[in-house]
Amino acid sequence: MAQIPMEHGLLLAGILFVLGLTGVLVRRNIIFLLMSIEIMLNAAGLAFVVAGARWGEAGGQIMFLFILAITAAEVAVGLALVLAMFKKVKTLDTNVLNQLKG
Amino acid sequence: MLNTLWLVPTFPLIGFLLLALAGGTFTRKAIAVITLTAMGLSLVCSLLVTVSFLHSGQTEFTQVLWTWMDVRGFDPAIGLHLDALSVIFMLVVTFVGFLIHLYSTEFMTEDPGYARFFAYMNLFVMSMLLLVLADNLVFLYLGWEGVGLCSYLLIGFWYQDSANGHAAQKAFIVTRVGDAAMAIGLFLLFTHFGTLHIQEILQLAPKRWETGSTAAITAALMLMIGAFGKSAQLPLQTWLPDAMAGPTPVSALIHAATMVTAGVYLIARTHVLFELAPSIQLVVAIVGAITLLVAGCSALVQRDIKRVLAYSTISQIGYMFLALGVGAWSAAVFHFMTHAFFKALLFLSAGAVIMAMSHEHDMFKMGGLYKKLPITFWTFLIGSASLAALPLVTAGFYSKDAILWNALILDSGSGWLWLAGILGAFITAVYSSRMVIVTFFGEQKKEIHQYPGLRIQTPLVILAVFSVIAGFLDMPHSLGGFAPFSGFLHTALPHAEERGSVGLEVLMQLIAAAVTFGGIYLAYVAYYKKPDMPQALMTYPLLNNVRNFWFHGWRFDDLYNAIFIQPFVCAARWNKQDAFDAIPQWITWVNYGLYWTLRQTQTGNIRWYASGVAVGAIILIALVVLL
Amino acid sequence: MILLFLILILLLSGLLSAVVSRWNAQNARWTALSALVIDLLLAISICGRTWIDPATENNSWIAVWKTPWIPQLGIEFHLGIDGLSLTMVILTLFLGILAVLVSWKEITERIGFFHLNLLWVLAGIVGVFLALDLFLFYFFWELMLVPMYFLIGVWGHENRIYAAYKFFIFTQVSGLLMLLGILGVYFIHGQTTGDYTFNYNDLIHTDMDSWTAWWLMWGFVLAFAVKLPAVPIHTWLPDAHTEAPTAGSVILAGLLLKTGAYGLLRFVLPIFPNAAEALAPYAMTLGAIGILYGAKLAFAQTDFKRLVAYTSVSHMGFVLLGIFAMNEWAYQGTVMQMIAHGLSTSALFIMAGILHERTHTRDLDRMGGLWSAAPRMGGVTMVFVMASLGLPGLANFVAEFLILIGVYQVSMVLAGLSVIGLVFATVYSLRLMQKVFLGPNTENWRIDDLCMREWIIVGALILFLIVLGLYPQPVLDTVQPTIDRLLLLPNEVEHYSYLPPQPLSSDIGGGIR
Repeated sequence: MAQIPMEHGLLLAGILFVLGLTGVLVRRNIIFLLMSIEIMLNAAGLAFVVAGARWGEAGGQIMFLFILAITAAEVAVGLALVLAMFKKVKTLDTNVLNQLKG
Repeated sequence: MLNTLWLVPTFPLIGFLLLALAGGTFTRKAIAVITLTAMGLSLVCSLLVTVSFLHSGQTEFTQVLWTWMDVRGFDPAIGLHLDALSVIFMLVVTFVGFLIHLYSTEFMTEDPGYARFFAYMNLFVMSMLLLVLADNLVFLYLGWEGVGLCSYLLIGFWYQDSANGHAAQKAFIVTRVGDAAMAIGLFLLFTHFGTLHIQEILQLAPKRWETGSTAAITAALMLMIGAFGKSAQLPLQTWLPDAMAGPTPVSALIHAATMVTAGVYLIARTHVLFELAPSIQLVVAIVGAITLLVAGCSALVQRDIKRVLAYSTISQIGYMFLALGVGAWSAAVFHFMTHAFFKALLFLSAGAVIMAMSHEHDMFKMGGLYKKLPITFWTFLIGSASLAALPLVTAGFYSKDAILWNALILDSGSGWLWLAGILGAFITAVYSSRMVIVTFFGEQKKEIHQYPGLRIQTPLVILAVFSVIAGFLDMPHSLGGFAPFSGFLHTALPHAEERGSVGLEVLMQLIAAAVTFGGIYLAYVAYYKKPDMPQALMTYPLLNNVRNFWFHGWRFDDLYNAIFIQPFVCAARWNKQDAFDAIPQWITWVNYGLYWTLRQTQTGNIRWYASGVAVGAIILIALVVLL
Repeated sequence: MILLFLILILLLSGLLSAVVSRWNAQNARWTALSALVIDLLLAISICGRTWIDPATENNSWIAVWKTPWIPQLGIEFHLGIDGLSLTMVILTLFLGILAVLVSWKEITERIGFFHLNLLWVLAGIVGVFLALDLFLFYFFWELMLVPMYFLIGVWGHENRIYAAYKFFIFTQVSGLLMLLGILGVYFIHGQTTGDYTFNYNDLIHTDMDSWTAWWLMWGFVLAFAVKLPAVPIHTWLPDAHTEAPTAGSVILAGLLLKTGAYGLLRFVLPIFPNAAEALAPYAMTLGAIGILYGAKLAFAQTDFKRLVAYTSVSHMGFVLLGIFAMNEWAYQGTVMQMIAHGLSTSALFIMAGILHERTHTRDLDRMGGLWSAAPRMGGVTMVFVMASLGLPGLANFVAEFLILIGVYQVSMVLAGLSVIGLVFATVYSLRLMQKVFLGPNTENWRIDDLCMREWIIVGALILFLIVLGLYPQPVLDTVQPTIDRLLLLPNEVEHYSYLPPQPLSSDIGGGIR
């Protein structure tokens, strides 16, 4: 099995991250926001795994497991908040949620 | 008996305290008894003190009650000093004061503020006595300001009318301008002599200061301004005509007989300083001469009987200042005494007339009263005669003659000052006669509202007697030279060197007599024989303008309003919010601006924050990569 | 120990009145009142000591108490009392009693907390007057601040929050500058002598070059000038005085302003004698400007309390003038002015409070003709107004006359300007009287005249104003040792062209010059 060069892996992670970030910045629907954040987190995880594979360290995979756990927790909390939000304002549009405006 | 001196001001003080603290609980009768007892005891006490002073043969007597304060050589005492000058002032104040109190017990009888009135009056008499008895200038200043306060309180006695309040404020503020100058004079004297004890200063001054030295001139100038303020001399005379807003007995006591002559007392008291500053003494004489003419002209055209008397008072005090200015000390004090009698008499009679006319002040609405109010008429006539200096039989003639004579022959006098005085005498004769004729003769225009009672008429008669006989205390050389008054006064004040022959003196007296009769005749013609003449003259615009100019007191009020009051009020109004508050306000606004700017970044939009994070991260990474 | 008790009684009774108010609000008032009376008696008992103990003649401290507090930093709990502190402490406690009495009907909410703040601010003030350790002084200086902030902010009038903030920021910022100054002196003293201490008696001998002294002095001067207040940093005062409840105004005008003057006399002059002398012409000019400017603004006001507040600016101008004239007359006059202003201005604020309780307004344009409704109140106010314009026979005259005599020795021009201030004082005082009590009663006010409690308050004030006006000597004698010490400061002798050698009554004709 041919080695996949680390650069390719990192490039993929970078592309995914930028896609996620773009999603966060341009989407107004909070579900899509959460999904984009998920993509960003997974991009970070991918970068860890690639780096771990490159230097033969277990640490990269451990970090990925951590990220999975955090992501799961985040999704749970996030979706709960989304439900609460939807109950309150009957919309998923984040632009409505600017009550903290200074 | 001399040791009872302190009781003289104490009795009015007790009267004041009783009436001020518990006045509301007394009946009118009790109030009258209290105030008259206080004044009567004070009068008796001052007579006893005077008798024993004359018997003791001393020329001065000092009684120190306690040291007021003592800081590094500045140790004014609460101390009383008696000499010929203060004896005369003390007697006049207590005697005239008592009579006016007696008069007021009837005059004010229907006033709701009966107790308040007599409380103020007693406080005034006390302050005035302290003023004339004080042995140091700080204590004198206490009396000086005290009479100013009482003057303020009594002018504004009928406080519900704002006009009275403003007249009262004006009186207090204008005199306070003079007082401020006087305070500076006090600082100067203390700096140079290390004391404010009057007798010490009078002894030290000729030793320390040369005649005409700057310090002497400044000190005399400052005291002079103080005296001008209190005695309503130019340019600080504007308050006195307005002060007539007070009850008439107040005008008689404060604004004719006693307080307004405090300036005369001050200058006579500190005469050594003025002798050391001849230029200032000349200023005193000139201002006196100008004032007596200016005020006399205004008195000529007034319609309000009290305002005539007010301008006349300014004018007569001008005579006193003229005398002080030429160094005729005893003539000034003599005129003060006779003036106290006849002017108090005039005010009190005028008060009786005003009361009879149900508070009508305009002379031209009175008329024909000589039959209805005989006693008032005769006493008013005697007072006016004395004011007009009717020769030989009135006190005013002798005192005014002494001033005119001294103004002519003394070294510091001059023909011009004499001329001003004689011109003033003419004007005085005209307006006094005008006042009598317009008020008491002609047809009666108004019914009598109330006849004066016994307590009003008694003081009138007594004062009328004194307005005649007081003159015989100081006869000129041409009439025998019997002069116990100036003989007594010369134990305290320097003797003016008399030159000039008796022949010249008789000539001058004849001129003065002729002028007086001329003035009376003119008034007789203009207001009795041809009462339409003044109206006819007023059709000439020039004369009418002059009349209006004089009527408004030579427009001094408008002048001061334009150059002092309006700028002050405007400045106050413009800066009501305090310009300095702008500095902290400005700091506040800068901070608020910064806050407002930064606040714009807090949109509350989650994607905005996320992009902020992203941009920040990119910048940081870029920095790490690039650097 | 008596000095510690003076402060402790106030602090503890403050807590006590907060606690007892839980059962009955009236208890808080009585607790505060009795604590203050006891404290005042204690202070007066010290007074007796001044005149009896001959040992105090050499040593101007009447009583001293100290114990280590933070020894590592040279901080001690060091209290001392001399004639100046004693008069100020007595004034503080006297006005404190009046403050409790005037609040009797006026304060109806959170009574326990109110008295806690009142007593604590008084404790802070007493502490400021007693502290002889600069750190302790700063501690008490800040202790005054917070309760005062609450007094204004909680029980004040309409615009109280703004006023409270403004007061707090002005004093806090300037107080921090003073802390810098204190630390500067502390370190310089420590470096030059090796003895790091905040002890007042040591620090006044600190050697500093003139440049350092000049700048360190500014830290102190700014703090005290804000409190005093000197124009142009007086602008917190009208707001704070106007918005505070009556008791707060009494304490602010009567006492807090005095801490500024006290600080200048106690700290600035002894610690920085030369720098203070360099500052004197400017400070005196500011004082004279303050007199005129305050008087002019007072004339323009239409709010009773605001008018009185600006008269404070004017009167405290005399204090600034007197302190920096630096001679005996001016110093004595300054102390008298501190007392006289404390009494007369508090009295006017109390009258404003009494009127506000009845009419619910402070607007001069709405008042007028109240004399007919309440003649006794009018007469009493007349006395206070006359005191304020410096009528002889009342305490303010003694003070102003002494100050002006002292100032005249130094600068005739400034004395002349300040005398004009007396004319201005007449103008605003008479206007106040005219607007409130005289003239027609256009709004048909029917108000009750003074009640018994109010009679006690104003009666005491009038009595003291008259007694001090006619016989101020006890106060002058008490303060004399402190002033003698100020006069012994190194720069004093050649500063004045004229000083009369001794009372002249004995040597008439003996030449001074």
